[in-house]
Amino acid sequence: MTTTLGKPAASAPAPAKRRRRARRDGLGLRLYTWLIIAWLMLPIAIMILFGFNDTHSKQNFQWEGFTLRWYQHLFDKGDLTRALWNSVSIALLSTVITTVLGTFVGIALGRFRFRGKGVTNLVLFAAISCPEIVMGSSLLSMFVSLDLPRGYWTVLIAHVMFSISFVAVTVRARVVGLDPKVEEAAKDLGAGPVETFRLVTLPMIMPGVLSGALLAFALSIDDFVITNFTSGSTVTFPLWVYASTRTGTPPQVNVMGTLIFAVGVLLAVVSARRGRRT
Amino acid sequence: MTETQHAPLRDDPGRAEDAVPAIELAGVRKEYHAYGETVAAVQGVDLAIAQGEFFSLLGPSGCGKTTTMRMVAGFEEPTAGEVYLLGESVTGVPANRRDVNMVFQSYALFPHMSVFENVAFGLRRKRTPKAEITERVTEMLRIVDLTGRERRRPSELSGGQQQRVALARALVNRPRALLLDEPLGALDLKLRQAMQVELKRIQREVGITFVYVTHDQGEALTMSDRIAVMNDGLVEQLGTPREIYERPASKFVAGFIGTSNLLAGDAVESGGGTSVLKHGDGGRIEVGREFATGDKVELTVRPEKMQITADEPGDGLCRVHGKVSEVVYLGTSTNYNVTTDGGADVVVFVQNAMNAEDVARRGDTVWLSWEPQHSYVIGSAE
Ligand SMILES: Nc1ncnc2c1ncn2[C@@H]1O[C@H](COP(=O)(O)OP(=O)(O)OP(=O)(O)O)[C@@H](O)[C@H]1O
Ligand SMILES: [Mg+2]
Repeated sequence: MTTTLGKPAASAPAPAKRRRRARRDGLGLRLYTWLIIAWLMLPIAIMILFGFNDTHSKQNFQWEGFTLRWYQHLFDKGDLTRALWNSVSIALLSTVITTVLGTFVGIALGRFRFRGKGVTNLVLFAAISCPEIVMGSSLLSMFVSLDLPRGYWTVLIAHVMFSISFVAVTVRARVVGLDPKVEEAAKDLGAGPVETFRLVTLPMIMPGVLSGALLAFALSIDDFVITNFTSGSTVTFPLWVYASTRTGTPPQVNVMGTLIFAVGVLLAVVSARRGRRT
Repeated sequence: MTETQHAPLRDDPGRAEDAVPAIELAGVRKEYHAYGETVAAVQGVDLAIAQGEFFSLLGPSGCGKTTTMRMVAGFEEPTAGEVYLLGESVTGVPANRRDVNMVFQSYALFPHMSVFENVAFGLRRKRTPKAEITERVTEMLRIVDLTGRERRRPSELSGGQQQRVALARALVNRPRALLLDEPLGALDLKLRQAMQVELKRIQREVGITFVYVTHDQGEALTMSDRIAVMNDGLVEQLGTPREIYERPASKFVAGFIGTSNLLAGDAVESGGGTSVLKHGDGGRIEVGREFATGDKVELTVRPEKMQITADEPGDGLCRVHGKVSEVVYLGTSTNYNVTTDGGADVVVFVQNAMNAEDVARRGDTVWLSWEPQHSYVIGSAE
């Protein structure tokens, strides 16, 4: 309001009104945004809250008071802990493998012309759009006909398979936007092919690689459908939780969910920070 | 690599190897195959560029300048012919092992590195000691006037500053030759002119061979020691700016460089190494070459070499008669557009230093005259 100070009174109202209207519009927008956020956050908030529920029954639906008990006894249920460990290790391993392979596929698709490029693009797209249930059952029949015993490793293979397209697509988008002259400049200044890749290409496509990796991790850690088809007797966290709903889900599940969520948020914040810097 | 320790910035012009051209192209051809067609981007170029020379490749868009440059830098291999750097063939030598550096039209700076790291890139690849890197990069940034900006990212610099980083990044390696592909193309006119002066100063300071690609004839004329005018993948003319400007070897060169008046005449007499051409009523043009009577000869005359008078000029001068179609006052000079009786449209530049008023008005019939040595034959059609 400082602008109206030294001005004739007559000219003041118009801009002031406009400003007020702008603020009212802004209010509507803000309300809407908060509503959406609340909508998205509510289930998560409830999940977090019931991790602190001092429940004594087998079910965890009724609020009975605050406790940190479940955090202290987080790893008390051996099979749940094993399932979580399976999920985390599969997610980490598949993310590493997927990111490496997917990055090279993305670079090839974004940079080179080669025979079969169109087919590769089609396959990537098909893998992304294919219903999980179809992919899961077809993977199962493939493993059966190959006579591969289902378990930890088949789950890992399946996870790499379905997340590789996501990495390839995000990396490809980044590579397409990359000026090939920059790599030529590196060569011109004496960098060999490997050095050029390590010092110039990779850092420049890193945002794409990182978001691809995040996506791969997120897809893997909570995958249920495909994992269910390919896991044999191996149990992952989502499978364990699903099975437990029949008998009652222990609050440790809420705690583990909370921790996975916290790690996810942390990674997202870090990647957003990086993104802003470059 | 032929690279040993360079003496500091070539301060030893008397070396024996100075007789060897820095860059030599012998019968270089480059064909591209695209969509089942073969395009000859460069169709046989022979050039020898001396050490320490400021050499320009000038020509219209698509004439093969960039392609020529990329073959020297090592990004493309010639389809035929050889490239020599300091007398040694570099066929099959990859770009990272050639002792030349390139400044790209788009700068191609490394966006994820600071200005300092950009400039230090080449030295780091050669495993130069850290202290020397700091020293040389700092010195180079001083030369291009970017001291104090070492820690910035390229995106935090203006276009002109980025351009200078690109220049520093190449120059700091003290290459045998620096290849500049339209380095000022993206700058506005003011900055462009300032950078032209700057580039010339830097070239003098470091004494490295510059090969400069441009399609701006003014830029080429003011900066170069020698110019190769290219057209359609061929070198049309090679010479000093003065030679190229004053004695264009072809119609293309005459048209491309500056403004040029194209006249045609029929040979009426010849002998003693000269011919006289007839051009319209009373038009008499002398040229320094013999032609058979009746030959149709084309020649060019630069606009500033022509005089415009109301009376018939004296003997010994070439002359044509015509009518003024337009007078354009430009401050320091006035342009007269004249349609000759022979049917040619010509322009005459007259300096406004002495004349209080225009020498002619629109619609006046006038005589144009010039010294015979300013007529340049560029072709004849039997
Ligand atoms: N990679 C390529 N594939 C096919 N044709 C090409 C390729 N590069 C260049 N050409 C063709 O070769 C010719 C010369 O191209 P070049 O880039 O050397 O021109 P230029 O003189 O640098 O032009 P400009 O002033 O526009 O930069 C053009 O006709 C162009 O279309
Ligand atoms: Mg070009």
